[in-house]
Amino acid sequence: MTAALEARGLGKKYGKRWALSDCTLDLPAGRVIGLVGPNGAGKTTLLNLAVGQLAPSAGSIRVLGGRPADGPGQLARVGFVAQDTPTYAGLSVADHLRLGARLNPGWDDAIARERLERLGLDPARRAGKLSGGQRAQLALTLGIAKRPELLILDEPVAALDPLARREFLQHLMEAAVEHSLSVVLSSHLVSDLERTCDYLVVLVDSRVRVAGDVDDLLATHHRLTGPRRDPATLPGDQQVVSESHTDRQSTLIVRSEGAIHDPAWTVGQVGLEDLVLAYMSDTPTRSTLEAVR
Amino acid sequence: MIEFHLDSGSGVSPYMQIVRQVKHALRLDLLHEGDQLPTVKDVVAQLAINPNTVLKAYRELEREGLVEPRPGVGTFVTRTLAGDSLAAHGPLRKDLERWLVKARMAGMDDESIEALFMTTFRSARQEDIA
Repeated sequence: MTAALEARGLGKKYGKRWALSDCTLDLPAGRVIGLVGPNGAGKTTLLNLAVGQLAPSAGSIRVLGGRPADGPGQLARVGFVAQDTPTYAGLSVADHLRLGARLNPGWDDAIARERLERLGLDPARRAGKLSGGQRAQLALTLGIAKRPELLILDEPVAALDPLARREFLQHLMEAAVEHSLSVVLSSHLVSDLERTCDYLVVLVDSRVRVAGDVDDLLATHHRLTGPRRDPATLPGDQQVVSESHTDRQSTLIVRSEGAIHDPAWTVGQVGLEDLVLAYMSDTPTRSTLEAVR
Repeated sequence: MIEFHLDSGSGVSPYMQIVRQVKHALRLDLLHEGDQLPTVKDVVAQLAINPNTVLKAYRELEREGLVEPRPGVGTFVTRTLAGDSLAAHGPLRKDLERWLVKARMAGMDDESIEALFMTTFRSARQEDIA
């Protein structure tokens, strides 16, 4: 199967600042992929590169095997819901569908109408008069009715209240099943992605810290607590992601393919949220970064 | 038809929660042979969870011989877990109740009763394995 997204040494520079640097990723198709990181980490830059709204300053990126925005064929295969799920405030809901039908060769009007009906959105209503949740659902409707193979969403639920957030994710997951969509969505909150994503990319400070299948990530990360110890003395196959020490005790989060047998450690599981926070909070040395990737 | 719910604070992975809820329903005779499980689309639309989580749960149940996918239709129960043991539930419950009365009379509180039951249960299971 062709990868959803492949990046090799991808970078984007604004003036002297690298918004994204040295990004190498292989994101599988047929998955729901979460892109998580603090604000300003480079999530939007990466997604804009993927849809071809930005051109790379370094390296290369391929999406579904093609160059981003390389002609009408490629544009039709990738849907994009930009940050804050933008709509045209002065246009009605029906206008949005007409616009969608004009601009997208693969437009599926039946799907769009059926979704509006289920959502109870009045076609005559102006988008500017909709609630935040309804606007987000309208933007999602456009993204789905375009019938892309890959749908990319930038922080789609960040501005929504918990109920609207839940409803949005319900509709997104349903569409993923119904239309065999690959999905990439970003968020600065792990809790939004915990249930919905089966593949995770953690982006911090313009760099990819860790990327992988969620089940694999959970199975290979362990929390070790025990008598104080220098992490440098750990076996070579255990990479320290984060560490904290008191005068007597050490608590580490390590990544290890094998089981931890050292009886000095109490070994515990690491939840997804803690795992992501461990990668976000710690600034690993250059060598750890290389090893983790 | 049954409906799933997820407890995010339980520490049990969502796919395992679905597996357990199906088995629970099979044990309690809420699901019978030939019953259909909710479709993947219905489950994700209800719980807002990843479709592969549901598929993984259903594959696990299939591997255990409890359900069977029918392509294009859905997933169906092939075997129930209630079976012959269901009839024995009543008398066994009576035995347990009598035992609980004895434990109370010996001055045990809820936590001690639970601890004693769990340690006995675990050691008996280990002897079974050994």
